[in-house]
Amino acid sequence: MSLDNSEVKRIAHLARLVIDEQDISIYAHNLSNILDLVEQMSSVPTDDVAPMAHPLDTLQRLREDKVTETNQRDHFQLVAPQVENGLYLVPRVIE
Amino acid sequence: MQWETVIGLEIHTQLATRSKIFSGAATAYGAEPNTQACAVDLGLPGVLPVLNREVVTMAARLGLAIGAKIAPISIFARKNYFYPDLPKGYQISQLDLPIVGKGELEIELEDGTTKIIGVTRAHLEEDAGKSLHEDFHGLTGIDLNRAGTPLLEIVSEPDMRSAKEAVAYMRKMHSLVRYIEISDGNMQEGSFRCDANVSVRPMGQKELGTRTELKNINSFRFVERAINFEVGRQIDVLESGGRITQETRLYDADKDETRPMRSKEEAMDYRYFPDPDLLPVEVSESLLNEVRASLPELPDARRNRFIEQYSLSREDASLLTSSREMADYFESVTQVSGDAKLVTNWVMGSLSGALNREGKEISASPVSADMLGGMLKRISDNTISGKIAKEVFEAMWQGEGDADAIIDKKGLKQITDTGAIEAVLDEIIANNPKQVEDLKGGKDKLMGFFVGQVMKQTGGKANPGQVNQLLKKKLGL
Repeated sequence: MSLDNSEVKRIAHLARLVIDEQDISIYAHNLSNILDLVEQMSSVPTDDVAPMAHPLDTLQRLREDKVTETNQRDHFQLVAPQVENGLYLVPRVIE
Repeated sequence: MQWETVIGLEIHTQLATRSKIFSGAATAYGAEPNTQACAVDLGLPGVLPVLNREVVTMAARLGLAIGAKIAPISIFARKNYFYPDLPKGYQISQLDLPIVGKGELEIELEDGTTKIIGVTRAHLEEDAGKSLHEDFHGLTGIDLNRAGTPLLEIVSEPDMRSAKEAVAYMRKMHSLVRYIEISDGNMQEGSFRCDANVSVRPMGQKELGTRTELKNINSFRFVERAINFEVGRQIDVLESGGRITQETRLYDADKDETRPMRSKEEAMDYRYFPDPDLLPVEVSESLLNEVRASLPELPDARRNRFIEQYSLSREDASLLTSSREMADYFESVTQVSGDAKLVTNWVMGSLSGALNREGKEISASPVSADMLGGMLKRISDNTISGKIAKEVFEAMWQGEGDADAIIDKKGLKQITDTGAIEAVLDEIIANNPKQVEDLKGGKDKLMGFFVGQVMKQTGGKANPGQVNQLLKKKLGL
């Protein structure tokens, strides 16, 4: 098994996911299977294959530098739990 | 023990586009909160980023200006972390295959020598929003207008050996991004800010010491002070037998100290991976040629040309080419008046003085290049003396018209009529018999006294050289 329980906990924390203690070994097992598959794929010789950043073999389309969006603040803020003076309010975060 | 300081800088420069890097929302500074944050900037589900052509061009401009290779294909990646001013939960940035590769920048040191500072890379990324920690009933306010603003992060090699070198590099880069018109470089508005990686090592040691990162410094003065404080702190720790912790520190300008910023119990793990929403970006040879052709003459090349073409000292030429506006101004004045040395003295003297006094940029000078050139022409053709010119300059600055009009209106024309000067001189000679005797007796210093008297009586309008000659003739010296 390539992942142990403490690594699963750390990944869950990085992703801000709450997981049950009792499920950790199952996650560790399943995620390890995926990693093992990747490991297996690594054994395929790819020395003369250029790395691919995207499955689509095409290039990024560029847009002109033009302002096309209008102010829709009121519309967007309808879904926000709390706003004030045009600001979104969130739980206090100070480092 | 002798310690050596090692510094590398990461400069974030905001690109001067109209719209954001991945959306069509405006980037104008100072708008009402969240009025320039569209669905893409808010990270709403189902949106797709589309890259702004202009940011690619601007990155290429910088790359060419520092002699770097521009990647024919570059890739965007997601840098994952959670913070409320980053609504998507990741920042789109570049990790592998950044758009600009290795380049270099030459800086000038205080002793007049130069040094090459390596640039490791420069990559494109989006800025985050702003958190406002004022009191919103114990909550934090979020303004996402800045989210998605294009940034070019320019990463240097750890090539700097003192805070002064770091400042020189930062200033040079600041002048360059403005020169090539990719950023307004406004530091108060955060358009140009830097993180400094600082470490020390015993002199002569090859491996680098453990470094700390000083975050978000937005002035030249603070970068110097922050680094100097941090170097002193690290040496103190090491000399008292301690070890440096690799960490991010924040510079507090009020207390003039740095202190740890993030608790590092959980090391940051950004889990970079290629952004599946964005395809590889191509910079074609034809686009590069276009960019190359549109670049202005660069500061170093212009400085060298100024030394050559106008016979200026390196120091003068460096100062005059430190901003494009200043260099353009200088060349316009010189075209009108001809005498480059005289132009240099006036641009760096009276003009710069007046601009500093009123906190004005040269582009907002009330005395245009044409006006200054017109006045200097009147010094060269002996219509006015250098002293009177100061008065004319002040009047032009106050908006009283161009030099010729002011000279005319105020009657400042130099007296070239020998008879008129002789009359004044005769009177002074008659009134100062003692000085006349002493001068004749060999006290040459008294020449100055007589010339001064004539200048005083003519309100500075006599030509000192001419007065000298006439005086000598009269007294038979």
